[in-house]
Amino acid sequence: MREAASAVLILAVTMNFLALGTSNLKACIRAAALQGLFVSAFPLLFTPAPSLRLLGLVIVAGTVKAFVIPGMLYRALREVHIKHEVEPYLGLVPSVLLLAVGTGATTLFASRLPLLPAHRDLLVVPVALSTLFAGFLLLTTRRKAISQVTGYLILENGIFVFAQLLHEAMPALVEVGVLLDLLVGIFVMGIVMNHIQREFGSLDTGLLSELRD
Amino acid sequence: MTPTTLELLAVASALVAFSGLPGLLLPAGSRAVQRVATWCHVLGCALGVSAAALALAGSPATARFAWPLPSGALTFALDRLSAFFLVPVFVVSGLGSVYGEGYWAEAHHPKNGRKLRCFYGLATAGLALVMVAGDAWSFLVGWEIVSLAAFFLVTTDQDDAAALRAGWIYLVSAHAGTLILFAMFALLRDATGAWLLAPSVALGSSPLLRPILLLALAGFGLKAGVIPLHIWIPDAHAAAPSHVSALLSGVVLKMGIYGLVRVLSMLPAYPTWLGLALVALGITSGVLGVILALAQHDLKRLLAYHSIENIGIILIGLGVGVLGMAQHRLDWAVLGFAGGLLHVWNHAAFKSLLFYSAGAVIHETGTREIDALGGLFRRMRFTGAAFLVGAVAICGLPPLNGFVSEWLISLASFRALTNASGGVAMLGAAAAAPALALIGALAVACFVKAFSAVFLGTPRGPHATRDVADASRSMRFSMGALALSCAVIGLWPNGAASVSRRAADALLGTNAGPAASADLRALGGMPLFLLALIAVAGVAGMALMRPTALTTTWDCGYGSGGPRIQYTASSFAQMLVRLFRWAVLPDEHRPRLKGPFPAAGQRFESHAPDPALDRALLPVFARGRSLLGLLHVIQAGRIQAYLLYIVVTLVVLLAWSWSW
Repeated sequence: MREAASAVLILAVTMNFLALGTSNLKACIRAAALQGLFVSAFPLLFTPAPSLRLLGLVIVAGTVKAFVIPGMLYRALREVHIKHEVEPYLGLVPSVLLLAVGTGATTLFASRLPLLPAHRDLLVVPVALSTLFAGFLLLTTRRKAISQVTGYLILENGIFVFAQLLHEAMPALVEVGVLLDLLVGIFVMGIVMNHIQREFGSLDTGLLSELRD
Repeated sequence: MTPTTLELLAVASALVAFSGLPGLLLPAGSRAVQRVATWCHVLGCALGVSAAALALAGSPATARFAWPLPSGALTFALDRLSAFFLVPVFVVSGLGSVYGEGYWAEAHHPKNGRKLRCFYGLATAGLALVMVAGDAWSFLVGWEIVSLAAFFLVTTDQDDAAALRAGWIYLVSAHAGTLILFAMFALLRDATGAWLLAPSVALGSSPLLRPILLLALAGFGLKAGVIPLHIWIPDAHAAAPSHVSALLSGVVLKMGIYGLVRVLSMLPAYPTWLGLALVALGITSGVLGVILALAQHDLKRLLAYHSIENIGIILIGLGVGVLGMAQHRLDWAVLGFAGGLLHVWNHAAFKSLLFYSAGAVIHETGTREIDALGGLFRRMRFTGAAFLVGAVAICGLPPLNGFVSEWLISLASFRALTNASGGVAMLGAAAAAPALALIGALAVACFVKAFSAVFLGTPRGPHATRDVADASRSMRFSMGALALSCAVIGLWPNGAASVSRRAADALLGTNAGPAASADLRALGGMPLFLLALIAVAGVAGMALMRPTALTTTWDCGYGSGGPRIQYTASSFAQMLVRLFRWAVLPDEHRPRLKGPFPAAGQRFESHAPDPALDRALLPVFARGRSLLGLLHVIQAGRIQAYLLYIVVTLVVLLAWSWSW
């Protein structure tokens, strides 16, 4: 079981590289969706005896992370008629390299954290941190609002993985918090996107800089 | 004694504070607005003056109210020192309100008259609150009320860019001062263990004493306008309506002096360095203030710089008093404090009188430029006479009130001089007399310039030739009352001096003794003697003067002298300004002449920008602004960049917590 859990986590980390390394927006969203699927499946494999409640939660999280939101993003992509190109501030290769360095650093960092013995030999913490890092990288180095939403999605995936450590202690609260956060994020971004498109006829957040003082 | 004086004062302050409110419900520009406001205000001020008079005669009253803030309670205390400062507050404010009837009539200023009356009352009530504050909290509340209300008063004419700039500078410096006072009161609380503004023995041995006193000098000095902290004074006084300028100069500046005096009253013993610092600051402000005044072309800016000069004189008096206490010489201490405090009254009287008469001139001619005026005495007899009375008083000439207080300070200084073993303290106190003489002489030069250029000679321009009438009845009433008070204090100095002696006793607390009252009593004969001297000189002069007959004389080729041939304000002061150019730093634009006469369009111009504000502070701020402008790079306007800042901060915090 543990090996399977680790395997799923490694797959999720791979999706980080995929999302940062592709120049196609659709591929980026697909990577985030797949990652959502993997991280949602993770609690099932992580917990020795999954309860019914956990199962329900996994199903809901997986649906939202892997299908609903990516579906919304696809739809947005279809409706706003923009080029399906990522347009990064930081090139694709440098960002992948940066992520590699970041992943290494988070692994090092996690190995020195004062964790519970039960969690220490698992990949949960480094994977969560590196996914967070990947999300931040997407958020900060990409021009288009849609790739930023994707970054936010990946960031939330990282938080979701991290929250599994706390799940035994305070079960539903963490989960619901994560999902709510996610939904709010998507809504905000959706509003921003609509607004940007209406006002500027484009989804390029670089043009938002006209709004500064 | 029951706190009836405090209750009376509370009613008075409430009346004054809300005097402008009924007007807000009435239509703008209607006569009822100013009637209601003025009557409420005058009634409140009359009650306030009587409360202050009762308190001056009686014993101190205090009142405490529970208050949910950390201080636990709000304390109000009305002792003789507070009462002494309350008198000018209510007198100047009440007379100013009457003056405002004619000067800022609702009919002519429907746009901002109601605002002016509202904040005028609020500022007066705030001043009263400051003067009766018994703890740091109520003091700061009153202080803030005055600071904010005065901002709206300075910017009464909200369409005038100069007024807005002056208000801005005032607001910045007022809040810098408040900030310093916050620090000062916090330290004071540490040193004394209470927020109360009461004498504290613990303060004398506290290591915090020096920082507290330095902060008090800075914070209160910023309000009082001690050079080099006077930056807000010239612009604000020039831009405000004249009765507001009188309130600012006569009373709001004194709020700084009051704060300083209140802190002094808390000390169990006075350090010598404090006295020396006060005298040094006083001499600097006094001399530089009058020199800068000499260089001004704007009538109200000139008067504003004279306020700085008079604050300097007050500080000299207080400094000599502190030095006397440090030397355990009660005689010069009492004389110094009594003189300095009496000058607070005197300056409030004659400076308000000067601002009122200057305001009348500005009201009629529409300009503050001295060089555009001239020859107004023939058409504004009353205003001219009032200005002359104020000018004589401010120069410290007998038989008016300025002489009395300056004479007391000089007496203190002479006492110090006859004390052989004073050391550096004696030298400091002895420096006061020659400094006062220098200030007085320069002030005479300045007011000869101001009076003659504005009122004598022939009109210099269209402003002075237009249809000019004397001040209206309400304005004349206020000017007359102040001129009368100048004369009364000058001719009956014993009365005023004994009142200021009481205030000085309250300041010194148990330290005061019966010493020096002989000097005060000797003062009584002085003005009569001087009056007699002046009368003799006058009679002798009349007798010696040959009878005049109208005839033509050789006129040096200037037979057809026009207005342009007169001395202007700048040419009259030129010699003295040249002499002190190291302090004034005047801006002179002199054309290069290619022949005996200047070509068309060539003109000579000189300006006197403020050395502290325009030469030091604003350039430094401009440089700082351009340097800080580099930080604008951070404000890129990109979501990505802002997110990056968050990440970087997180990583740095994480690394920091890791390294611990």
